[in-house]
Amino acid sequence: MKTLSQLKKNLKNNFSALKPVKVALLGDSATQLLSVALRGTGFDLGFDLQIWEADFNQIERQVFDPASALYEFKPEIVILFQSSHKLLQKYNKLSPEAYETLANQQLELIASLNTTISASLNCRIIYYNYTEINDSVFGSYANKTPSSFLFQTRKLNYELMLYAANQPGFSICDLSAIQNQFGKATLFHPSVYISTDMVLSIDILPQVAAGTTALIAAMYGKIKKCLVFDLDNTIWGGIIGDDGLEQIQLGSLGIGKTFTEFQHWLKKLKNRGIILAVCSKNTESVAKEAFEKHPDMVLKLEDIAVFTANWENKVDNLREIQNTLNIGFDSMVFLDDNPFERNMVREHIPEITIPELPEDPADYLEYLYSLNLFETASFTNQDAERTKHYQTAAKRITDQQSFVNENDFLKSLNMVSIVEPFNKFNIPRVAQLSQRSNQFNLRTIRYTEAALEKLTDSPGTFTFSFTLEDKFGDNGLICAVILEKESADTLFIDTWLMSCRVLKRGMENFVLNTLINFAKAKDFKYLKGEYLPTAKNQIVKDHYKNLGFFEKDAYWIADVNACKTKDIFINYK
Amino acid sequence: MNRSEILKTVNEVFIDILDDESLVLTEETSANDVEDWDSLNHIQIVVAVEKQFKIRFTSQEILSWKTVGEMISSISSKTL
Repeated sequence: MKTLSQLKKNLKNNFSALKPVKVALLGDSATQLLSVALRGTGFDLGFDLQIWEADFNQIERQVFDPASALYEFKPEIVILFQSSHKLLQKYNKLSPEAYETLANQQLELIASLNTTISASLNCRIIYYNYTEINDSVFGSYANKTPSSFLFQTRKLNYELMLYAANQPGFSICDLSAIQNQFGKATLFHPSVYISTDMVLSIDILPQVAAGTTALIAAMYGKIKKCLVFDLDNTIWGGIIGDDGLEQIQLGSLGIGKTFTEFQHWLKKLKNRGIILAVCSKNTESVAKEAFEKHPDMVLKLEDIAVFTANWENKVDNLREIQNTLNIGFDSMVFLDDNPFERNMVREHIPEITIPELPEDPADYLEYLYSLNLFETASFTNQDAERTKHYQTAAKRITDQQSFVNENDFLKSLNMVSIVEPFNKFNIPRVAQLSQRSNQFNLRTIRYTEAALEKLTDSPGTFTFSFTLEDKFGDNGLICAVILEKESADTLFIDTWLMSCRVLKRGMENFVLNTLINFAKAKDFKYLKGEYLPTAKNQIVKDHYKNLGFFEKDAYWIADVNACKTKDIFINYK
Repeated sequence: MNRSEILKTVNEVFIDILDDESLVLTEETSANDVEDWDSLNHIQIVVAVEKQFKIRFTSQEILSWKTVGEMISSISSKTL
């Protein structure tokens, strides 16, 4: 991790090619150096964080005054930092009978800050939770004394989590966890606090900035989707090809406990929706035998989306895995105990994240925890199903090879799709797709859940969500389109995005037919599309051209009455 | 460590934090003489000096120095 002065040097770099994000930072303590750390960290993650900082201790004034500079700035992200020290000052001024109302009072204030900001700004809010200050007035007895400051702080952090769980646009940055990890002596520097009113030490600022920008990056779709790992001495001890199935260290054998715990972590990631893939130098049947037969293996073959065990080099194998999953290298993490393999991959595929695993496997977990690789801005029930989707995708590829004619193959899939407008059930998934889809995304406009909800009430806007199910399984909601009435005869395609796992299935044609039928039914004459290039959406460069749109003034137009409907092999469900 | 040795080390810290290779401090130098020596940079300098000398200043000291010489006095009293 860089130091604050190193981050500060980043500020002199050229930010012009980076993704600009307008951020408002409001704190009740001095935040100038936090602002420096945020901007410097943002640079390393590819963001030009354009930070507007409220004057010291102006949170309420800025938020509750509709004419304030905050609203004039129109930020996309609002960071609110209310410190435990100010909370303690508030507590100190209460009458003893009111001590136990502190958490509820503060929560009410936070909720009202959140609602007020969200009512006027289309933004996300990041709120730091509270670091613990044990004032030792009650000792450990504070734990059973609701009027103690420690009790109230912990209650507030707990209530904040419950509150945030129901507020899609409100995220918590876990400052308290940072203090737990590094210790209060590192996080808080009393003489600096007294002389400058900064509650974060210079040394901890890079950590806090990293935690905050990780959230921002996740909100803008920079997330890890897949974890690829080696087998021997990575998820079990020993070399299965040499030592044999019975001798690999797992469970109670040797240092097996550390690998068992490590596998539990991988399994939890898989259950959360991270795709797991194996990339190992092994004979496939030998490697798979461990998954099938070893009683202490936590991971099973069904947890693995792509299993690559052979004697080819890992760079080629990783390219193959990337190709099968159809995700960007920058959303992949590669774990291997062997420094040689790590360096080899790093050299050829620099986009992949490759943690420098410690030498002692006992240290793997604590080290990986500290990297916070899997930050996310959303979690839906569909995430947990993701491995299954990718496995069926791999099966589909095998199946496809037995069909000579592609149409015969598509027909054999028995595909059906549910088409419906956005509603409260599908909006969380649509918002997630909107944040995650980088490749098949024509204009790459990111929508939050709150923004999508607003759209559904807007009269000139028409929304479509599509699911896709076939004989191998249900892909869930995989495509979303937003149409805007531009004029009496033209519908503008504001958004068209699709999950890449359903490419080459004729879904584009099915969506187009749906849009054309809709336009005709509503007496529109033209569909108007636009392609806004990004570093990642090359695959849809000719999307409209391929669908028969003609180019006009940098837009793509389709005459709905002249458009031929396409052959499709998907039925409405 | 004598005062001139301390001054030399402090000078290096200032150069690093203020990112100014040409900076030359004397015991008489004050914040008014150095363009970038504002309150924000001051606190970074203080923390970097603390680390360099493995000492801790009191909050009173941090606020009281008027010149580099006064800072050196604080350092030398803690590094005897």
